Amino acid sequence: MTDFTPFQSLLGGALIGLSAVLLMALHGRIAGMTGILTGVIPPVSSDWQWRAAFIAGAIAAPLLVVLAGKEIPFSVPVPTLALVIGGFLVGIGVHFGGGCPSGHGICGIARLSPRSFVAVATFMATAFVTVFIIRHVIGG
Amino acid sequence: MNKLVSAFLIGGLFGLGIAVSGMINPAKVLNFFDIAGTWDPSLIFVMGGGLAVAFTGYRLVFGQREAPVFESAFALPAKRAIDWQLVCGAAIFGIGWGIAGFCPGASIPALGLGYSATPIFVAAVIAGIVAARFARTRFTQPAAA
Repeated sequence: MTDFTPFQSLLGGALIGLSAVLLMALHGRIAGMTGILTGVIPPVSSDWQWRAAFIAGAIAAPLLVVLAGKEIPFSVPVPTLALVIGGFLVGIGVHFGGGCPSGHGICGIARLSPRSFVAVATFMATAFVTVFIIRHVIGG
Repeated sequence: MNKLVSAFLIGGLFGLGIAVSGMINPAKVLNFFDIAGTWDPSLIFVMGGGLAVAFTGYRLVFGQREAPVFESAFALPAKRAIDWQLVCGAAIFGIGWGIAGFCPGASIPALGLGYSATPIFVAAVIAGIVAARFARTRFTQPAAA
């Protein structure tokens, strides 16, 4: 079980949205982790520096929260093999799908991009079906 | 302000949002998808909060500025086509997301928490992106003569 956290989730979502708006206003970029990450995987893109800085900041923030003594709930309820297979599929999927929940789900839908609506509807649907099959058909 | 400092701080805001919202926690993400079991609807609120701010903020930005502060133009996705690559890619991503409970935007900030599961997932994502990039250049784009 995980706790239902409507207020923290709304606040956290708003911070993600604010990050997306600032990245557009200052850097003119979509705050999609797939796109940002892809640019620092060799062969790196010519503008890899701001991407690396964004990623460093994204890693540093939760670390600082923990160092400040606040607890961040974290638990991985799947075996390592599932992380490897799932991660590999995620990598293939975001490459061909052109984005992930941050890029399509927040930035793309906020721009009313038809591609993003299709992508979000598709990956939400397959994620719901996958979890249902794993937890209730295979594991049920 | 320096461009890289700005990107670092904006990335920090993103990572903070991922942590505060609960997206950083794979157990929470998997419970969001488990309507028939231990359902946790919190992630609807993450998307709601994110979209409300991004939708409003993007309109303010595009309405008031011709170009971003640090660059000469906004870099917006040019692709418009809804093709098989988009649909199949998104479908495969959703399957992987449902298996692992992690997405790229959640796993990168989670590296900062220091658990060993996260770098394993991130390495697998990078391997998947590299494999897909190779497959795309190898099979879908004819090599220039």
